[in-house]
Amino acid sequence: MIDTFLKSLETGSGFWNPLVLGLAIIIALLLIYIIRGFGKKDYKKGTEQTKAFLSGNPEYSKDEMHIKGKNLYWGFTQALKSVYNVLEKMHNGNTSDYVLWFVIIIGALFIIIGVI
Amino acid sequence: MNWFELITLHSPPLIVAVPLLTAFLTPLVSKINEIVRNLFVLIMLCITGLLVLILGYDVLTNGIRTYVFGGGAPLPSGMNIPVRIMFEIDSMTIFMVIITIILAIICILYSWSFMKDQDGLDKYYTIILLLVTSIFGMELTGDLFNFFVFLEISCITSCALIAFYVHKKESLDAAFKYIVISSIGALFILFAIGLLYAQYNALNMATIANAIQFTFFDKIVLVLLVTGLAMKSGLAPMHMWLPDAYSSSPASVTFILVGATLAGLYGGLRVIFTIYGNQLLNTGFTFYPGLLIGIIITTLGVLSIFIGVFMALKRSDFKKMIAYTAVAEIGYMFLAIGSYLIGLALSVPDNPQMLVAGTYALKGGLFHILNDALDIGLLFLVAGAVYYATKQTSLNSLGGLARNMKYTTIFFLIGLLAVSGMPPMNGFASKLLIYQSTYQISPILSIIAIICSIMLLAVFVKVFQSIFLGPEIPSLKNVKEVPKSMLAAMALVACIIIFIGLFPNIIIDNLVTPAAEALQNTTSYISTIVGGA
Repeated sequence: MIDTFLKSLETGSGFWNPLVLGLAIIIALLLIYIIRGFGKKDYKKGTEQTKAFLSGNPEYSKDEMHIKGKNLYWGFTQALKSVYNVLEKMHNGNTSDYVLWFVIIIGALFIIIGVI
Repeated sequence: MNWFELITLHSPPLIVAVPLLTAFLTPLVSKINEIVRNLFVLIMLCITGLLVLILGYDVLTNGIRTYVFGGGAPLPSGMNIPVRIMFEIDSMTIFMVIITIILAIICILYSWSFMKDQDGLDKYYTIILLLVTSIFGMELTGDLFNFFVFLEISCITSCALIAFYVHKKESLDAAFKYIVISSIGALFILFAIGLLYAQYNALNMATIANAIQFTFFDKIVLVLLVTGLAMKSGLAPMHMWLPDAYSSSPASVTFILVGATLAGLYGGLRVIFTIYGNQLLNTGFTFYPGLLIGIIITTLGVLSIFIGVFMALKRSDFKKMIAYTAVAEIGYMFLAIGSYLIGLALSVPDNPQMLVAGTYALKGGLFHILNDALDIGLLFLVAGAVYYATKQTSLNSLGGLARNMKYTTIFFLIGLLAVSGMPPMNGFASKLLIYQSTYQISPILSIIAIICSIMLLAVFVKVFQSIFLGPEIPSLKNVKEVPKSMLAAMALVACIIIFIGLFPNIIIDNLVTPAAEALQNTTSYISTIVGGA
């Protein structure tokens, strides 16, 4: 019974055992805890020590400081604008175009499989 | 025959009949009160689940089961082929039926609180149960026309559920697109079934598989069936209905729609592996149709992964983002299935390694069906919980919810790690099988799959940062955690995900490997059914 739970997953060219990873995580957490013990002991919550330092600039309100979804990966999407233009054209919301893709795939498969 | 044997014998039709009868009794039970109705639906689905377990145990122990409707009545003289409707159940069927019942029970549990403020809930539960019935029917039947009938029921009920929020134009638009595209796909499938019937005078899958010659008409049928069912399962570039449908319907509906989509994939597997198995599943370079189909499926699978991930990365609507990642996840399954076909075709006596790699790819693909249903399903439930608490789905309007919705945040984190294929979650186990096996077939496939999986992680890191982290947004200060039934439904899925992630072998040895063997062993399927009819 225990063997069933401890068994590794064979992948054809390797293996995977999540329990080994679990053990590694526990060891890593123990190491982190030990290293933390070497830290400074004079840290005090709610004092000047914990305030954000923005090179002397005033701190924004909490609401304004939140990084929203639109702020993330804009560089990536901008760099791949040409790819996104094609993809957005594909997803134009027009049902006729969606059906057209279905017809195109049928036509392509007819040619590849050798019907036509 | 004792009562247990009797239930085992009649379990295939009962699995369809119980939710069907429950569907029509629900409006009557609703007259008593809501709590009784909710409990009634859940209990009846649990009974169905029990029947699934009984049938599953029987099939996994004793092999393929057939159930002939009206089997006791004598056949007309001289007729020895199966002319009646038959349910044909092998390990692959059981694998899919188990996924469906898990999704159905969790959907109902989640709906208790999530839908409680909506009108027309008696009709909602009726349609959900009819959808569950149709999915079971598609999975259990061995008759092609019967499959088409259940497919149509699935399309109509799905459309009704997608349009549940009738006051929202997005829902009506998505439902319209879905019914148009599904109906066109279904018509092509019906035409293909008609062609098969005209040629072989049979509708039973095993009988057709036994007789099929790969003629000109058979090639047409193959293309029509595979394309129609690939569209139903959301394979790119025929996936456009899916993001709209998934994102516009209530979260509980989306959860069960994932099951309906996977039933379409199951239909595709039956066509390729069972009906055309003897024609396509051959080894050696000389037999090109199997190799061609494998290359096509793999290409479309990679395209799905690519489109799904890239589109998800740019979205700012939480549900739409998950819907696009669902397209990518479907791509992983098709990539694995296509890799199996390629591996089989390239396998020659000097190079049996390709067949081994292909078999592992198939196992990975099938395992990913279960994992996708749970992982994507959990994320949709979390999206529903966020909407329930805030009435928002835009990433730009949300933030800091981890403070007020601690449990939901944990469930999202579990779903995030699982979908992105991070160890030790279930998604990692199936994706590892796919990566390593596809690498042996073509390293570039594996590299694309891994890169896109990393991008999936990036997608959900964006969601996590935007919705759950950051400072408290003043307008969301009073947001509260969702009701217990919704938390229980999400916790149930999360527990299954963690269990499968920690002990993947239990699922692979007992469900996935028998399912893969059932698909590979077409001859055994045909001889059991045609021989036993």
